[in-house]
Amino acid sequence: MLRRAAAPRAAAAARRALSTYPPYAEPAAFDGAKRVEFDVPYELHQLSSAPASFTYVSKAELLDYYTQMYKMRRMEIASDTLYKGKFVKGFCHLYDGQEAICVGMEAACTKKDPSSGKLTNALTGGESLDSLVTSYRDHCHQVARGDTVEAVLSELLGKYKGCAKGKGGSMHMYRANANFFGGNGIVGAQAPIGAGLAFAHKYKEDGGVAFTLYGDGAANQGQLYEAMNMAALWKLPVVFVCENNQYGMGTSKGRSSANSDYYTRGHYIPGIKVDGMNVLNVREATRFAKLHALHNGPLVMEMDTYRYHGHSMSDPGITYRNRDEVASVRKARDPVERAKRYLLELEFATAAELKEVEVAVRSEVDAAVEAAKANELPPAHELYEDIYVGQTKEFFMRGCDMSASRGVYGTTK
Amino acid sequence: MLRPQARRAIGRVSLSRRLSSQVPATAKMTMFAAINDAMRVALATDPRAVVFGEDVAFGGVFRCTMGLLEEFGKERVLNMPINEQGLVGFGIGMAAVGGTAIAEVQFADYIFPAMDQICNEAAKFRYRSGGEFDVGGLTIRAPANAVGHGGHYHSQSPEAYFAHTPGLKVVYPRDAITAKGLLLACIRDRNPCIFFEPKVLYRSSVQEVPTGDFMLPLGKAEVLTEGSDITLVAWGAQVHVMLKAAARAAEEGISVECIDLATILPWDMHTIRDSVRKTGRLVVTHEAPLTAGFGAEICATIQTHCFDSLEAPIARVCGADTPFPLALEKLYLPDELKVYDAIKQAVSY
Repeated sequence: MLRRAAAPRAAAAARRALSTYPPYAEPAAFDGAKRVEFDVPYELHQLSSAPASFTYVSKAELLDYYTQMYKMRRMEIASDTLYKGKFVKGFCHLYDGQEAICVGMEAACTKKDPSSGKLTNALTGGESLDSLVTSYRDHCHQVARGDTVEAVLSELLGKYKGCAKGKGGSMHMYRANANFFGGNGIVGAQAPIGAGLAFAHKYKEDGGVAFTLYGDGAANQGQLYEAMNMAALWKLPVVFVCENNQYGMGTSKGRSSANSDYYTRGHYIPGIKVDGMNVLNVREATRFAKLHALHNGPLVMEMDTYRYHGHSMSDPGITYRNRDEVASVRKARDPVERAKRYLLELEFATAAELKEVEVAVRSEVDAAVEAAKANELPPAHELYEDIYVGQTKEFFMRGCDMSASRGVYGTTK
Repeated sequence: MLRPQARRAIGRVSLSRRLSSQVPATAKMTMFAAINDAMRVALATDPRAVVFGEDVAFGGVFRCTMGLLEEFGKERVLNMPINEQGLVGFGIGMAAVGGTAIAEVQFADYIFPAMDQICNEAAKFRYRSGGEFDVGGLTIRAPANAVGHGGHYHSQSPEAYFAHTPGLKVVYPRDAITAKGLLLACIRDRNPCIFFEPKVLYRSSVQEVPTGDFMLPLGKAEVLTEGSDITLVAWGAQVHVMLKAAARAAEEGISVECIDLATILPWDMHTIRDSVRKTGRLVVTHEAPLTAGFGAEICATIQTHCFDSLEAPIARVCGADTPFPLALEKLYLPDELKVYDAIKQAVSY
C-alpha cells in the first residue's frame, strides 16, 4: 500500500530511514569472518568513490551462498531435463552461469530474518524490503527471494502449486511478501516499472531501494532510457542492473550495441562494472549501490557474466558462439566453483563437507522434480479468474461459458 | 531499380500465368522455406529491398531468413538490436524514400512496443501528407497464433488491433503456398502491410509451392470447399480447425462452405456476403478473444447485407476473453469440437 507518512512526521521518518543506512564505508572485520580479495577491478563511470575490492565473510554466510548457488545450478539443469522431456509448458530461459548475481545481490538486500523478525542483510531467503523486478530469466531470483525449488518447477510445469498457480510459467514468477515483482516476458518492459517501484520507496520513506534488472540485449530498448531520465530527474533510489551475459538472444553485444560498456550507458547516471561471476564481489558492490541509490539517486551496475545455455530452450546456443568459448568460461570463471574455492581456501569447509551439502541439495532438487510432476494442473475456472477484481457469476469473461455446448466439451462456469 | 508500376506489372504477369492452364513449376517446401523463398525473390528482383529484424542474419528463430545474408550480403540483411519500436520506425523511414523494407518482429506478441510507429506513423503517413509521401514499401512479418505451449507472449493473435487502423493491410496465410504468394504480394503492395505467420505451420505445412515469382491477390478471400447449408469463415491456423469441423459435419450430411478470409484488412466482404446469401448461415471462428475480435466486424456487416437470407443467428467461435493462458490453452482455444457444435446449432436452429 502506497501510503505516505503524515506530513509533520515525514522529515523525521526520512531522517530515521536514512540514519539506518549511513553512507558506504569499507567492510569491517567481525567475529569469525575472514578477509577475501576480489579478482577483477571495477570500472567506474562518473563515480568519485567505489566499493572496496575486498570484503569480510563468515562461514555461515559463504556456506549459505554456496548452497543457494549450487541449488540453483541443479534446479536449472533439472529444468533443462524437464523441458527436453516435454514436461514444461511455455518458453524457458535458464540462468545457469549467472547464479552469483542473484545470490550476491540478495545477500546485500535488507530483509527480515525469518526466525527473529529483525532486519538483516546477511543471509539470503528472508522477506526483502528492497524491491526487485527482472526479465523472463527469473527462476533463480524467485529462489533467492525465498521460494522453494518445488514452487519454481511446478510453475514451470504449469501446475497449480506453482508460485503463480501455474498461470505464469517460466517467465512470470512473483513473490509479493519478498517484494519480488517478477519476471517480465517483454524485453525491457521492466525498466520503467523499477523506476516506479523506487518512487514508491521514496514516497513511503521506508529506506528500501528498487533493483531493476535487464540484459545487454534490453539495454537497447528505448524504455530503459525513459526510465533512467525519470530516475535521475527525481533522484529515485533505483539501481539499474545490467546483467551482461554477452548475448542478446543470438546477437553478441558488439554487434547489437554501439557502446557495449553498459555501465556508462546511463550517461548522466553514474555507473560501475562488476565481476558478476564472484558472489562476494557482487554482494559488496550491491551494498555500495544500495547506499548510493538511497543517498544520491540512481546508479547503473553492469554485471559482467555469462549464460551457459542458449537464450531459450529452443536456441542450442552454439550457432553464434562456439563450444570452446562456453567451456573456457566454465573452466576459468564459473561462479559456483568460485564460491567453492573460497570455502576451501578460507578453510571454512572441507571437500568432504561440501560433498555432503551437494548430496543434500541434489536430493532436494530431485524430490522437487518428482513433486512438481505429481502436482495437479490448475482447475478449469482458473482460465477466467484473476482478470478483474470483483468477477461474479454475472460478470464473467465471455467465451468461457461452455454450457452452450451442451456438454460436448465440458463446462467451466 | 523497378518503378512501382513495373512491379505491379510483374505481379499481374505472374498471376495471369498462374491462372492460365499452364502448370507452374513447383518444389516441395515447408512454410518457412516458402517464406524464405518469397524474400529471396523480393531481394533478387528489387535492388532496394532490405530484410531486417532480430537475429535474422543467422536465419531467424524460425529459420525464415536462412541463407539470405550469404546470398545478398550484410548491407541487405541486417541484424537488429532488440528494439521493436526502433526497427519499425527505421523501416518507415526507409520506405518513405522509396525503399522496400521487409521487417521481422520476432513474435506477434512483441509487436506492441512498435504499436505507435505502426498505427500512428506508418498507417497515417500517406493521409497526413495529403498523398505527398507514403510508406508503401513497408512490410512487417510477425509469427502469430497458438503453438500448443507458447503461454502469454508467444501465442497471441493481435490482428484486430491493427484492423482498427485504416491505412494498414493485415494479411494471414494458411499454408506454404499462400505464405509465399501473399508475402510477395505484401512486399510489393504500395501500402504498409502486416503479415502474420501462423507459427504452428512453419514446419507442419509442406506443399508443392510455385517456384520463382509468384503472388496471390491481397484483399481476396478464398472459397476452400463449396457447400449449401452453412458458411464458415476463418484465417491463419484456424482455417485447418474449420476444415476439420466441416469434415465432421459433412459426415452427417451437412454441406459446409469453408472460406479462408486471408486478408483481414481490407477484407473481402463480397465473397462472404454471396456465400451467406446462398447458405443462409454463418459461423466465424478465430483464435483471438471473442469481444471485439475481427469476427465481430464480419458478423455486423453480414447481418446488414444478408438479413433477409439468414436462417439462424450468426455465431462466433473464438478464443475466450482471457489473457492467452499457459496451462489451460486447450480450454481457451476454439477447437474443432466447439466449431462443430456451432455448426450443429446453426443448422438445427
